[in-house]
Amino acid sequence: MSTLSLAVRDSNTMLRRNLLHMRRYPSMTFLLIGIPIIILLLFVYVFGGTLGAGLGPSGDRSQYANYVTPGILLITVVSAAQGTAISVAMDMTEGIIARFRTMSIFRPSVLTGHVLGSLIQTMLSLAAVTGVALLVGFRPTANPVEWLAAVGVLAMITFALTWLSVALGLVSDSVETASNLPMPLILLPFLGSGFVPTDSMPTAVRLFADYQPFTPVMETLRGLLLGTGIGNNGAIAVVWCAVISVVCFLWAKSLYNRNRTA
Amino acid sequence: MTSSMNPAIVATDLRKSYGDKVVLDGVDLMITEGTIFALLGPNGAGKTTTVQILSTLIKADGGTARVFGHDLAREPDAVRALIGVTGQFSAVDNLLTARENLTLMADLCHLGRAAGRRRIADLLDQFDLTEAAGKPVSTYSGGMRRRLDLAMTLVGEPRVIFLDEPTTGLDPRSRRAMWHIIRALVAEGVTILLTTQYLEEADQLADRVAFLDHGRLIAEGTPRELKRLIPGGHVVLQFADQEGLDSAARTLQTATRDDAALTLQVPSDGGVGSLRSLLDQLDRASISVAGLSVHTPDLDDVFLTLTGQPDTRASRPDHERAPTR
Ligand SMILES: Nc1ncnc2c1ncn2[C@@H]1O[C@H](COP(=O)(O)OP(=O)(O)OP(=O)(O)O)[C@@H](O)[C@H]1O
Ligand SMILES: [Mg+2]
Repeated sequence: MSTLSLAVRDSNTMLRRNLLHMRRYPSMTFLLIGIPIIILLLFVYVFGGTLGAGLGPSGDRSQYANYVTPGILLITVVSAAQGTAISVAMDMTEGIIARFRTMSIFRPSVLTGHVLGSLIQTMLSLAAVTGVALLVGFRPTANPVEWLAAVGVLAMITFALTWLSVALGLVSDSVETASNLPMPLILLPFLGSGFVPTDSMPTAVRLFADYQPFTPVMETLRGLLLGTGIGNNGAIAVVWCAVISVVCFLWAKSLYNRNRTA
Repeated sequence: MTSSMNPAIVATDLRKSYGDKVVLDGVDLMITEGTIFALLGPNGAGKTTTVQILSTLIKADGGTARVFGHDLAREPDAVRALIGVTGQFSAVDNLLTARENLTLMADLCHLGRAAGRRRIADLLDQFDLTEAAGKPVSTYSGGMRRRLDLAMTLVGEPRVIFLDEPTTGLDPRSRRAMWHIIRALVAEGVTILLTTQYLEEADQLADRVAFLDHGRLIAEGTPRELKRLIPGGHVVLQFADQEGLDSAARTLQTATRDDAALTLQVPSDGGVGSLRSLLDQLDRASISVAGLSVHTPDLDDVFLTLTGQPDTRASRPDHERAPTR
């Protein structure tokens, strides 16, 4: 069998294993969807009035719901990534991993199975969170093509962050560490254009906010869903996601191959 | 069984250290196809490490090994396609059911749907797991889990199987069932390397036995050959009074007496013949025995005999033994 078809086949088998895990123990999925929804409700109904007024002369709560949704979608991605790191770290403590290592299979399939599983899990979470956003006043103007592109952008950033969290899960010596390591990621939408426009920030913070990877992704989403200007943010987002994916894939792969005494 | 003398596993001078601790200190193995080879040793001897190296789970620091001619370091995937491993610690997916675990293995072995299903049904049946097949493994008893573990190893019909302490923690009935399964595998021509802490198990199953101690093979041979190396078998005679003990001690010159316990310890291989002649001897002298127990040599005896004091060396494995022999 060719390496590619072996890779596809074994990754698919491992994906089925991870989907079974998720289906049988859905509490983690619900927890991960719950976090972004709570933040969404908090920001729309508690801070939304004031923050909406800051958006411009006609700004109000409903306009803020539009503004904040792309940031919330990224919070959803990050929250799911944290779950991935936890489940990878937990999986590595399972005896069956040693069995996989002694089998003639596509070696990284344990990891690709996690990535594909998390990708599906995250896309479902994103759909749920978008549904709630629509209920609280999110009014996208996107046509079907723009929707498709937005889904593509979300899949891209999810793919990148999932590889990152797989690597973080592998590098952790315990499940607690795996749960803590991705924590800083949840700050990135805040330290970017997710909750307030970056030009309202002091210079040092603004520079960070303008040049970190989440901002171009959120600006692209905003443009696609709400018709604001995208500029070169789309291209920058693609490059960021590609770089993160490749680097973290290589990192995760070498971590998995190195950890041979599990 | 094939009567060929093909070597299934050949290992030369395997070495492994963790930091300063030498775990394997030059281990050589030759295992013939279609036979059972038992690796015996106390805790920490390096049994699991040997299995982990030979099953491509970890790399040796030195030495070479081949499985059916495939070099472990250069062609690990060719080796993996031939072997099956049931490790010391359970290697099942606890979140899944037995059937799902086996299906996972069938898929990873690329068995195909129909063939996979047949194989799974056969294995569930053979390992007495059909009834529990739909329950999550986390609810299984230790014995069931062990059986599933082995069943998962067998899905891909490996030609070489590594079993690391397959019966530790099993009750006597389950242990016998496991022995039965192992014998059936070898009858089909499979080669088995098993580790155990029980001399009896090696005796029951193995064609050849090797003793591993502090990372070295200190003896190797057939069970019969090795048992000749091991004295320490004896019979303990219990007497009702001092008088009985005294007269028995006079009759049996080779015995050691324990006056406080009113017992006499007589060297013996524990066989029926020697027991009968011992009792005949006491009968002729009209000595009545209150009780009798047979002590067959166990692993302790082996290690005491082969290594002298096992504990003194344990703390400093990096120091060479003084050449006292
Ligand atoms: N990953 C590791 N890091 C450090 N030391 C290790 C590691 N694995 C094994 N050892 C050490 O190597 C020695 C041999 O271990 P091994 O597990 O091979 O023994 P064993 O014969 O299988 O013992 P047991 O009967 O307890 O299973 C032990 O002293 C153990 O502490
Ligand atoms: Mg062991």
